[in-house]
Amino acid sequence: MNFVYEKMMGGKKGLTGFLILATLILVIFPLFLDIFRLNLVGKYLTYAFPAVSLVLLWGYGGILSLGQGVFFGLGGYGMAMFLKLEASSVENTKIQSTPGIPDFMDWNQLTSLPWFWEPFNSLTLTILAILILPAAFAYIIGAAMFKRRVGGVYFAIITQVIAVILTILIVGQQGFTGGINGITDLRTLNGWDITTDSAKYIFYFINVALLLSVILISRLILTSKFGSLLLAIRDKEDRVRFSGYDVSNFKIFIFCFSALISSIGGAMFTLQVGFMSPSFVGIVPSIEMVIFAAVGGRMSLIGAIYGTLLINFGKTAFSESFPELWLFLMGGLFISVVMFFPNGLAGLWDDYGHYITDRFSKSKKTKEDSPEIVKKKSDESAA
Amino acid sequence: MNSNTDFTLAIEDLTVSFDGFKAVDSLNFYLDQNELHVVIGPNGAGKTTVLDLICGKTKSTSGSIKFLNEELTKMSEHEIVRAGVGRKFQTPSIYENLTVLENLEISYPYGRTVAGSLMFKRSSKVLEKINQTASEIMLQDDLDTEAGLLSHGQKQWLEIGMLLIQDPQLLMLDEPVAGMSVKEREQTAELLNKISKGRSVLVIEHDMEFVERIAHKVTVLHQGKILAAGNMEEVQNDPKVIEVYLGH
Ligand SMILES: Nc1ncnc2c1ncn2[C@@H]1O[C@H](COP(=O)(O)OP(=O)(O)OP(=O)(O)O)[C@@H](O)[C@H]1O
Ligand SMILES: [Mg+2]
Repeated sequence: MNFVYEKMMGGKKGLTGFLILATLILVIFPLFLDIFRLNLVGKYLTYAFPAVSLVLLWGYGGILSLGQGVFFGLGGYGMAMFLKLEASSVENTKIQSTPGIPDFMDWNQLTSLPWFWEPFNSLTLTILAILILPAAFAYIIGAAMFKRRVGGVYFAIITQVIAVILTILIVGQQGFTGGINGITDLRTLNGWDITTDSAKYIFYFINVALLLSVILISRLILTSKFGSLLLAIRDKEDRVRFSGYDVSNFKIFIFCFSALISSIGGAMFTLQVGFMSPSFVGIVPSIEMVIFAAVGGRMSLIGAIYGTLLINFGKTAFSESFPELWLFLMGGLFISVVMFFPNGLAGLWDDYGHYITDRFSKSKKTKEDSPEIVKKKSDESAA
Repeated sequence: MNSNTDFTLAIEDLTVSFDGFKAVDSLNFYLDQNELHVVIGPNGAGKTTVLDLICGKTKSTSGSIKFLNEELTKMSEHEIVRAGVGRKFQTPSIYENLTVLENLEISYPYGRTVAGSLMFKRSSKVLEKINQTASEIMLQDDLDTEAGLLSHGQKQWLEIGMLLIQDPQLLMLDEPVAGMSVKEREQTAELLNKISKGRSVLVIEHDMEFVERIAHKVTVLHQGKILAAGNMEEVQNDPKVIEVYLGH
């Protein structure tokens, strides 16, 4: 038990980082932000799920996926389908030519619910679908790619293509998916109104709890032998293979896990924002997720969350006044991070964070501290 | 196809061609238990390619490779390793960002599946094996050193240690003393003589002084074919060998 605790927290430093983050999103934001803004932060934090998944997959595993939006979208759509069916009861839709099916189906002359919508009448099946389907899809892609030793740029391009195809499918199959508008007008979950302030608070806290759990579980994975192997595969794949490991299985696993995390984020997005649309599935969101992870520091789980928040605050602030400028700004930020701060915010914190912590501790302690440090140093050089 | 043998390794009629160029050409080669066999030959002779074929890195065009009477040519790389074949690469191939201890731990032959690696515990048994291996390769004081900071020679030792911890029946070393000082070469020769007991060792090496010190048998490879084979003295006095390899 103690052992597991140590690993999850990553020692004293890891614990501090985790506690600061938890205090910020669990206490400070809810205390100081009104519900409108808190809900906005909640939305940003759902993007942090795929960003964290990219730290595992790309930062540690060296596998760049430009299609995490696919899994985010699958989770989001799964949840949206359930909520939409609930919103489309016969009573609510009696003015339609076919009552009891979602409105967009009726507009597209569908007369019955498509078979693949049926399971989403059940919340249990919906949750299972959110947890299993994206991971299963990732398994199929992963097995097809990694067993054939497709990696690097090729893998990135293929995931990108999958994101494009899925977007085209969703937009094109309007009658089944709601098309470009997505699935909208989601109001209740098992009869409970999800648009109220109290529901938004509850979802915010569920979201944060899930995100923090994801961080802890990811830490457990990274500190296990699996974690060292992930780094080893990234840096010297052949050596790992010739040490008796079936490397593809390790890549498939981390890809599936990253899909699972992203999907949970997507489902929480739908619950907090109240709709899901193809604009959260395709190339642009998928690349933005990579930028969140890169800005946060692609080797830092917690950094990914700060990266996501920072970029999204910036986006909101800038895109209101200079919508065109924002894309260039984000592109520029991404390039400069890659070129000058490859370790992102986490790297800056590691390099300069002690100036801040020093200042805090200095103001508390007396001046006698400094001679002691000098003395220690001279002792060391004497030894 | 071919019958069972008593040899640890039996290579028969092995050929591989890259776009028509035969890097290994109808090679026959046998390795006994407890034998330390050195393969020498000029650059581009196909020495590394032979090791690539044995460990599954390169697929053969034709021929058979039997290890303890198991056909290797149909097996995948990790299966070959698990069957008991270890291979050191020509340029040291270690995990530079991990410590010596972690390098050895990753090579420790348990927890090799995804689930196994997630559950793997650094038990006292594991640590004992790591310590024992580290002292064999003279790195017992560097367990917590990042592997990238080791000297070139120490990196070579570490990679040998990463193989030893798996206790392979067949150990293949591609130029293990390249870049080593004279003293390190001596220590490596001693190490190889020690670890060749109870297993078969196949070494590729250019340094003749070192070969003389370790080899039980020597094979000279030239243009993918065996030019000569025998003990050190026979090979050194073979006029063909002197002409294509030792003469210059
Ligand atoms: N995958 C490959 N594709 C094409 N040609 C190859 C491949 N691998 C090896 N060769 C060629 O096969 C020949 C033998 O190469 P090999 O690396 O086995 O030589 P070597 O005996 O190990 O030489 P050295 O002493 O320089 O290490 C070379 O001409 C090389 O260019
Ligand atoms: Mg070679």
